[in-house]
Amino acid sequence: MIDIQIKADPLDVEISYRQVVDAAAGGNVQFIGTVRDQTKGKKVMRLEFEAYEPMAIKEMTKIAHYITEKWSAIHVSIHHRVGTLKIEDIAVIISISTPHRQAAFEACQYAIDTLKETVPIWKKEVFEDGEVWVAAHP
Amino acid sequence: MKLRISAYGIARDIMNGSSTDMDLTEVKSTGDLKNYLIDTYPAFKDLLSFSLAVHEEYREDDYLLNDGDEVVIIPPVSGG
Repeated sequence: MIDIQIKADPLDVEISYRQVVDAAAGGNVQFIGTVRDQTKGKKVMRLEFEAYEPMAIKEMTKIAHYITEKWSAIHVSIHHRVGTLKIEDIAVIISISTPHRQAAFEACQYAIDTLKETVPIWKKEVFEDGEVWVAAHP
Repeated sequence: MKLRISAYGIARDIMNGSSTDMDLTEVKSTGDLKNYLIDTYPAFKDLLSFSLAVHEEYREDDYLLNDGDEVVIIPPVSGG
């Protein structure tokens, strides 16, 4: 099973985990990305996420298919939040189940690394004295 | 060639809007359109990089555009 979602509502760790539990899976790895309170010592007030949704869904689906092939994943769930997030809110949850643990760790690492490189989602950090689109400039 | 240009993230700020229609006679490929955008909006040059997507796929610079295409400007992504 592959489940890919972009949501404006808060993400739920338990729901994502329940999606990947399987009798054939001995390893379940979950990555949860949350909003940090500072960047290079500067206090972050909130993050604003936006997505080019149809293409973001397509790119995340490519990641899930690749994982299913390469690591024989049984289930892959990738949920990404958009909109305004405050400190400690969950921005992304990736849950992967595989027969054995090693594959689940590797697949999950691949999923979040690739998501950050290819999926058209952007975040703006809002500070007390301004705002910055993350990673936009060298 | 008539194109619908859409922009997200910092690209939307640079273009001062999320979507605009352009009629560009000299533009044939995505590479041509990139050059046009850099000439028209110099702030694109200051970005780490930017890509163009057509039909929800990243396109190389030699991708030939068709009249009526929607081209989406993808500045450096920062999800997760």
